[in-house]
Parts: sequence; structure tokens; C-alpha cells
Amino acid sequence: MTRGSSTGYWIGFTVVLAALAAAPLVLPPFWQRFATEILVWGLLAMSSDILIGYTGMVSFGHSAFFGLGMYGAAAALLSVKPPNLWLAMLYGLVGAAIVAVFVAYFATRLRDIYFSITTLVFSQIFYVIIFTWTEVTGGENGLTFSQPLLSIPGIFSTRFTIETLHWFILGVVTCSYLLLRRITQSPFGRVLQAIRENEPRTRAIGYHVERYKMVAVMLSGLFAGAAGVLYAIQNKFAAPDFVFFLISGETVIFNVMGGAGTLVGPVAGAAFFLLLREGVSRFFTEYYLIPVGIIFTLMVIFVPQGLLGFLRRRLDQ
Amino acid sequence: MSVGIPLDQIAIQTVNGIVNGMILALVASGLTLIFGIMDVVNFAHGDLVMLGGFTGASTLALTGNFWLALLVAALTIAVLGAALQASTLRPLLGRDPLTTILATFGMSLVLQKYAIWQWGPSARSLKEPITGQFTLFYLQYPWYRVATAVLAAAIIGGLYAFLKYGRYGIWIRATTQDRIMAQAMGIPVPIVHTVVFAIGASMAAASGVLFGPLGGVTQNMGADFTLRAFIVVVVGGMGNLGGSIMASIFISLLEAYASLVVSPAQAVIVSFMALILTLLFRPTGLFVPTPK
Amino acid sequence: MLALRDVHTYYGKSHILHGVTIDVGPGEVVGLLGRNGVGKSTTLKTICGLVRPAEGRVEFEGRNVAGWAPHKLPPLGIAYVPEDRRIFRLLTVLENLRTGLDRRGVTEARRQQLLEKVYHHFPVLRERRNQAGGTLSGGEQQMLAIARAMMLEPKIILLDEPTEGLMPRMVGQIREIIRVLHEERVAILLVEQNLPLTLEVSSRVYLMEKGIVRHQATPDELRQQHDVIRQYLGV
Repeated sequence: MTRGSSTGYWIGFTVVLAALAAAPLVLPPFWQRFATEILVWGLLAMSSDILIGYTGMVSFGHSAFFGLGMYGAAAALLSVKPPNLWLAMLYGLVGAAIVAVFVAYFATRLRDIYFSITTLVFSQIFYVIIFTWTEVTGGENGLTFSQPLLSIPGIFSTRFTIETLHWFILGVVTCSYLLLRRITQSPFGRVLQAIRENEPRTRAIGYHVERYKMVAVMLSGLFAGAAGVLYAIQNKFAAPDFVFFLISGETVIFNVMGGAGTLVGPVAGAAFFLLLREGVSRFFTEYYLIPVGIIFTLMVIFVPQGLLGFLRRRLDQ
Repeated sequence: MSVGIPLDQIAIQTVNGIVNGMILALVASGLTLIFGIMDVVNFAHGDLVMLGGFTGASTLALTGNFWLALLVAALTIAVLGAALQASTLRPLLGRDPLTTILATFGMSLVLQKYAIWQWGPSARSLKEPITGQFTLFYLQYPWYRVATAVLAAAIIGGLYAFLKYGRYGIWIRATTQDRIMAQAMGIPVPIVHTVVFAIGASMAAASGVLFGPLGGVTQNMGADFTLRAFIVVVVGGMGNLGGSIMASIFISLLEAYASLVVSPAQAVIVSFMALILTLLFRPTGLFVPTPK
Repeated sequence: MLALRDVHTYYGKSHILHGVTIDVGPGEVVGLLGRNGVGKSTTLKTICGLVRPAEGRVEFEGRNVAGWAPHKLPPLGIAYVPEDRRIFRLLTVLENLRTGLDRRGVTEARRQQLLEKVYHHFPVLRERRNQAGGTLSGGEQQMLAIARAMMLEPKIILLDEPTEGLMPRMVGQIREIIRVLHEERVAILLVEQNLPLTLEVSSRVYLMEKGIVRHQATPDELRQQHDVIRQYLGV
């Protein structure tokens, strides 16, 4: 970072935050929900950036974390009456954490491709379990439930409106972002990046690489689970489609398109992808993935540093 | 729950396992060949199986000849594979393998949606060319299944012979071992890569057609095959042709036996377990001799 | 026949060759001497296309081949024998030879001729022709690497440290094979640490230091220039 950009950064941050906060006030209904969804997927993208961008581990397992967060929240909202927001978050995070422990334990011993394939397989294991265990998970049809109230026990309790839901989610996502930013810029974060750059050397220096990787997976899983909880709250349903590895694939797309290793990049990537999908599907209906897939593949070849990396290079010139 | 599983059911599942294993072996050999020579983990391999199946189904509907459909599918997808490799993967030569996973993942998305666009959302079935059954342990077993296993074995055998003898087999093996020196000897490595990808693609397509009468041709069979092929290639040892074949049969037998106890959708977890155990204890592959 | 003009090559950010200029005439044996790390191997790799030069020309028979894909050079007549031999370990000896033999325009009769010639000069290869390359000893692998290059019927062979790691009596074999190649009018650009051998077989030698050619002499001249030898070779 260049000197003096720190102030510039915070100004930019405030501007973007203000714009996002103002969104539901100025946009028509469809786009209001859309803006909220971008935030949720952005959080998912950020969580996977910890692994892909910072530690250099391409994970296809994020759908498992996301899905378990979703189903965990569903479990809370269905089993405890009246549906409690904070309980949903708790259950969701715990669910995601359990999956994260599994993945962390098994997968961090493996390098590169084997790690990616294993995370893919894990994601599919959970998909199969959720899909076939109809009594508990609702199988193919998933679960529906009612939206919890925005409540702080003892102080107030009110229904969510589109605006307040958006601001709540914005709040969670922003806090997550600031937290993740803190973590990635800390010594811990720098070790992760060292692992990405040159794992054998980092190990040789004396860092217990496996432990760092495990913590990275846990962190990543938790925030992905949080995204799942938010999605469940916003949409009031949980479905196995979200555990299918395609979601993980889309997450990876966000990262690559936006620029891995920047935290902000993947969020931009998610927004870009979703807008692209929205726009393209007007013309191509459900075949939007054909041109979008082509664009993605071309970006992998020609612009691997993502949009953000590309812009950064332009600005530096 | 019943006292035990009747012997003839176990026997049937054994044969089923071997038949499915041979089809999977056909898919996995292509995948491992591609990985061995150019370090590409082809995420879209299963989609080539699917496209082969659809192309075969269309050709069959048009001509009524199953074997012609098999040939047309194999050739068409070979050309498609060559085109994909030349346009998308050749520029990525030398970049890290994760980039190729992403690129082939992008390809996979496009191919899947293209199939829906071209053939619609409903599944196709292929009528088997050999009808009739024979008696196997008190039950009737279709000839076609046996024929499939034999044909798959023949194709793989053909591939093996091609690699072992003949000038181009030497080129392929040399390029797989040392791409740089192969170039220094005048072997046109970029073309060899494209041809090998085309061969792998055509084998995948053939599997799709052969599998058609057994399980139908569906839009999501691609993901299924890709996942299973990955598992087989890892369990068998990446780049190891013989290993993939043994692993294919091993995994298919496991699943066949498991489906006696649980539903087929859940039987696939057995394969996942095999993968994870392999990665934990014998990461170079179950069927690879332990490196000295 | 082969001319390098002001060639600059980088490995990533490292500037290895700082403007190398070298000539090799048809049928000449030219030596390239220098300490470890001065860029001798990189020079050979630049010629055969394994490394792309950032600047400069690599002219072969009048054509600038700098930056060409490596597999296009053997048909022109350039063969490369790398420092670590790099034979195909899992291919048999015969299959190794065939990677050079299986070319366009070689009749069956010519193939047999070339094989016989190589077996004549390297009888051990005939013995082991169906054995995997990786089972050969170091010296035998070196023979195979050179034989393989000969299968290309090249106009020039780039030989990178052929005697490295070989037993002294095998050095004689290397000397012999260089002589045979020279008789057949095959040019050789020889990178070597073995000074006596190089002086014996070459008609000219270049001395390199830090990525550039510092000195050129005939072997007779160089034998008298002890201070030069000490400066660039440290002997």
C-alpha cells in the first residue's frame, strides 16, 4: 500500500458503506432484495478468499459450510418457538464449525489438487446425506420456516422489514469484513500468505503449517456458515441445492473474477457475477451460464488476477 | 432385517460391479492419461461422457444403428475435445494445476448448459443393441452388460497396445515422462497434447454411449462421472493406467455391494470413504507399489 | 552456420546472459569454457529454444531462430544433449533411440543404417536395447543421450558437460565419439569443465564469465595463456 492511501481507503470504505446502506431506500423492490443477496454471497466469497486467496488452498467445499449454516439456522428456527434470531445464528455457526473441523482435520494434510478434490468430495458427502435423510432434512424439498424477529431480549422485538433486514445483514457483513481484514493483516495472516507463496520454506522456518491451515479452514468455515444463516433468514428456506458443489464452484468463480487475496475483490466478483447473471438471463433465460461460463474461462486464462487485480494494475500505471 | 444376503444376489452384484467398473475404467483411463501427460485435472471429463451419450442417442434415433452411434459419438467428441484443448488449455501450459482446474470447471459449466439447450431437460435412453439374457445363478442376466464390459476392456486394451508399440505411442510416453526433452527431440508436443486430450475425450464419449442402455443419458450424469473418475484416479494413482483400471473395478464393486444394504444414492458414500482413506494412508494410490 | 549475436537471457528477473556472441562453423568443434554458473548451459538452452532470449539473434544457416518452439529445431539440424542426460527412464534403450529415429523422410533402410552405426560405436546399447533407460549406469546413459541425438542426423550437436560424473576411462569414449562426429562433419558446441579434453578436441574455445564471452583463442594459444586460464577458470 502506498503512503497516504490509508485515509483514501477509509474514505472509499465509508462511501461504499453509505451507498450500500442507502440502497434499500432508493431501489425498487426486486433490486432491494438483490442488493441484500449480493451482501450474503459477498460474505461467502470473502470466507473462501481466506483459503483461496490468502493461504493458496482452492477449496470446493464451501457449499458444505454454507449449507450447514443454512440448515443449522433452520433447525433452530423450526425447533424452538418463538423463532429466535440469535439462536439461529448460534446453531448455524456450530453446524458449520462441525463440518469445518472435519474438513480441517482430513484435508489440511493434503496438498494442492488432492485438497481440492477432497473438499469437493466432502461437499458431496454432505449433499448426499442431506438429500437422502428426508425425515430430518426434508430431503429434496428442503425445509421452510418463518423469519425470526429482530430482537434483543428484554429491549425490543420487531419484525424485519426489507430495509431493516438489509441493514442487519449489512451490519453482519461489514463487521465480518472488518474482522477478516484485521486477521489477514495480522502476523497470522502474513503466515498464511507465506504458506501460499512457499510452503516448504515456511515450514522450514519453523511454522507449524498444518495448524495454520486448520485455523484458516475453521475461520473460513465459520464465516461461510454465517453467510448460510443470513441466507436462511432472508429467504426462509433451506434446500440441498445449496450444498451441491456447484455453489462451491460459483464461490470460486467470485474469487477468481474479483481478484483472490484482496477480500474486497471477491465481494466485487460476487456482485459482478450476480449482475452479469441477472443481465444475461434477460436475453438467454436459463442458459445464462453459457456466456457467463465462457467469460469466466476467458478470465481464468487472460485475467487471472481478477477484476481488482486488473484495475489495480491500471491505476498503478 | 433379513438374516443374510442370498449368495446369488452377491454374485449378481459382483458381475454388476465388474461391468460398471469397466465402464468407469474407460472414463478414468482417459482422465488419467490426460493428467499424466499435461498435468490437467479435467473437471469437464464427465460432461464429455454426457455429451457422448446425447450425441449417441441422437445418432441412434436417426440411423437405428447402435454401433454407428458409438462411432459417431466418439469421433464427434474427440473433435470437440481437441478444439477445447487447443483453445482453452494450450495457453495455460506451464501454469499451476489449479488454474487448469478452474478453466476446466468453466468449460464444464458451459458444456452442461449447452447440453440442456441442445437436447432439452429430459433424459434420453438408448436401446441396447444386444437383447436377450442368459442364466447366471438362478437369475437372468442381460447379454448386453457382458458385451459392454468386454467392449470396454477391448478399447482399453487397444489404448494400451497403441501406447506400448508404434511410433505415436512412444511419442506420447516420452512426452508424459519429460515434456522438455521430448521437444528437444523434435516431438511436436503441443500437437501430442491435443491428440491425447482428444483420445481421452473419445473414450469418455464411448463410455457415455455404452452406459446409455444401462442407466440412461441424463443432464447431471456428468457430475456423477467426473466425481467417480476423480476418486478412481486418486485411488489408483494419478497417471497410472493400470491402477485406474483396478481402482475402477474396486470402487464399483464396493458400491455394488453397498447397494445391497443401502439405497444406490447413498452407496456412493462408500466411494468417498475409499478416497479419503486412500489419501490418508496411501496417498500415492492404493494400487501403486509403495515408493522405495 | 550457427551465430549468436548479442544474446540476453533472463530467468525470471535474473539477468543471466549479458550479450553473448558466438560463432560455430560447419563441422567445427568449438569449446565453451568457464566456471560454474557463468551461463554456459543457459547459452545452449537458448540456442535449442528451451529458454527464450529477451534480446539478440540466434542465427542458424542464416535464419533467426530465437524464440522458436523447441520442437521445430531438430528438423533444422540442431540436437541437444543436456547436462543431466535426461534420457527417458521408462522407455527402453531402443525406444529412446526411436524418439530421434522416428522422423519424417527416413527410409527403413536408413533407419537400420543409423541404428547399426550407433550400435557399432556403443556396443553396450545393442546389448541393453530392450532394457529400460533408467536401469543403465551413468556412463551408459550418457552414451544413450549422445546416441539419441545422433539419431536426428544433426548438423550441430550441443553437448553440455558430457564427462561430468563419468569415470576417467569413459572420458576416452567421449573423446572417441567426438572424433567420430567430427569426421562425419557434425559440428559440436561443447560445454565442458574438463580442460584437457576440450583443448584436445576443439579447434577454437570461448571463455565466458558472468554471462558474457570474455576471450576467444585456439587451444594452442590458450595453452600458453596461463594467466587467462587462471582468471576465467581458476586452475
